[in-house]
Amino acid sequence: MENNLITEDKQKNKLEKAFEILKTMASKPSGLIGLTIVLFHVVLALTSPYIAPYDYKAISPNTMLLAPSAEHWFGTDSLGRDVFTRTILGGRTALTVTFFGSLIALLWGGLLGIFCGLVGGKIDDVVMRVVDAFLSIPWILAMLLIVSLLGTSTEVLIPALGFFYGKGIVRVARAATHDVIAKDFIVSARARGHSNMSIIWNEIIPNVRDAILVEGAMRWSWMLLGFSSLSFLGFGVSPPTPDWGLMISNARGLMSFAYWSVIAPIVGLSSLIIGINLTADAFAKALGIDRSTKAPV
Amino acid sequence: MLLLILKRIGLGLITLFIVSLITFVGVEVLPGDACTTYLEREAYGTALDACIKRLGLDIPAYERYLDWASNVVRGDFGYSLSGEMPINEVLGPRVKNSLVLASVSILIGIPLAIVLGIITALWRDKLPDIMISTITIFSMTIPEFISATLLILIVAIWLGWLPGIVIIPSDATFYELLSNIILPVVAISMIMTAHMARMVRSSVIQVMASDYVQMAILKGVPYWKMVFRHVLPNALLPAINVVALTIAWLLGGVVVTEVVFNYPGLGRLVIESISNRDLPVVQALAIILASIYVGINLIADLMTLMLNPRLKSLQIRK
Repeated sequence: MENNLITEDKQKNKLEKAFEILKTMASKPSGLIGLTIVLFHVVLALTSPYIAPYDYKAISPNTMLLAPSAEHWFGTDSLGRDVFTRTILGGRTALTVTFFGSLIALLWGGLLGIFCGLVGGKIDDVVMRVVDAFLSIPWILAMLLIVSLLGTSTEVLIPALGFFYGKGIVRVARAATHDVIAKDFIVSARARGHSNMSIIWNEIIPNVRDAILVEGAMRWSWMLLGFSSLSFLGFGVSPPTPDWGLMISNARGLMSFAYWSVIAPIVGLSSLIIGINLTADAFAKALGIDRSTKAPV
Repeated sequence: MLLLILKRIGLGLITLFIVSLITFVGVEVLPGDACTTYLEREAYGTALDACIKRLGLDIPAYERYLDWASNVVRGDFGYSLSGEMPINEVLGPRVKNSLVLASVSILIGIPLAIVLGIITALWRDKLPDIMISTITIFSMTIPEFISATLLILIVAIWLGWLPGIVIIPSDATFYELLSNIILPVVAISMIMTAHMARMVRSSVIQVMASDYVQMAILKGVPYWKMVFRHVLPNALLPAINVVALTIAWLLGGVVVTEVVFNYPGLGRLVIESISNRDLPVVQALAIILASIYVGINLIADLMTLMLNPRLKSLQIRK
């Protein structure tokens, strides 16, 4: 009975804390704008299949490259498909892939970083050298190679993106662990004879969680950038799936007279990336972490 | 000091060695070898045999790695599959073109970033800062292919000022390049400048809040003298590393920018070689790009060491 009360209390506290953070984030205009944009995109991604006015893959020679009108709000593309339909559907794949990709990146990057920071020594040296080596290969080269040899399905893209964007988190998690490792509560946990696993779980993770979450939020926007770049280059999702990167690259050749089919996906993608960025920045500030001096690694 | 420098160089070399292992093992582990991926459906009979023989795929992997690695150290990357020519000949003009693009962007980007960073820091939260910071956030977050596409749409198509895409062969001369690279340079330096300006801004703000600057103010040092004498030297030093990382990070972005503008540099070669499934060229590119990354970081580290007297006596930084 008493136990139940305590856990309930804990959960309530967690919810209150999350609400508190959200409130701090929304108290500044940039954070509010960011949160609104992200919320808008998430709601749109969830509801767009039901509100899309046309079939996204319906090709029609009669409606090729029409300018925006009452029937086709954003005009039509070179295959006669409705640009409005394809634009509101275009964020679904990108959001899903990058969300799960960031989760994977957070998990493996965070845990490996904490582990390396805690044990130190030879293992740490070797792992960090390998991470450095991976960091020095341009992500785009590695991603393109993987995708071109394994295919462009989401089952390949999610783990591949998760892996390549996690190596930077390893460094952040390791540095954050180094910051807390010398504190008294770790020393006393050691003295009490706790195992490494228990120290990681009970002492380190609660203290480095904020830094890692902020890094993950930031990486989400970079991953979105990377994912849409892959689509743009023709190595992401395959047609006729509606995707902003793909739409931009298809419409680019014709933009001298059909600029609407390139503007709509540009607005969609840019607003989402800016929204996630502003949100991540506000999140960092709400948690009291300064990211402004970090380089984009 | 000398030991520290040697140690840094050693670490860089180890990183490169691991990179070479990763690229080699990666290509081995991923399905299909260089010949079957390249020939695709024609991968049978004499064509396959000839290809395997030429690349030496019939000898064990570790021997091939040693062979390949020792050639790479001597600057020989072997043969490209698609062009049937030495990879060095393929790479030569591309490296030159990319260097031209990168150095012009850096020459424009770094001074601009420093000026913008200082302005935004000194007029923090006032109108100039809010305006410039909003622009930097936009140009920093928007993907390269979007800013490049918008540049083409606005400057080349709607205004008609400049050619939208680069239509020069990869062996064009320096002067032919210059007239064609304005838009790509703008696209690249926009992002780079934004990143660096933000870094300079927060660095200057940090130094402005430090005790010795407060001391200088209390002592009555004139404002601008204080900025140039006390703030800037201390604020710009940590920026060196970030500048290096930003430049290195842009290697990935340059790939996309070069494709959008059809610029014949290393970045487009990455896409071309991967589309052609020309694995030997991909391996060579991985090593070259990784060396650039390691090299730039090494130079930045050494510059920080040289310029910062406090670090000379310290142990190697983590």
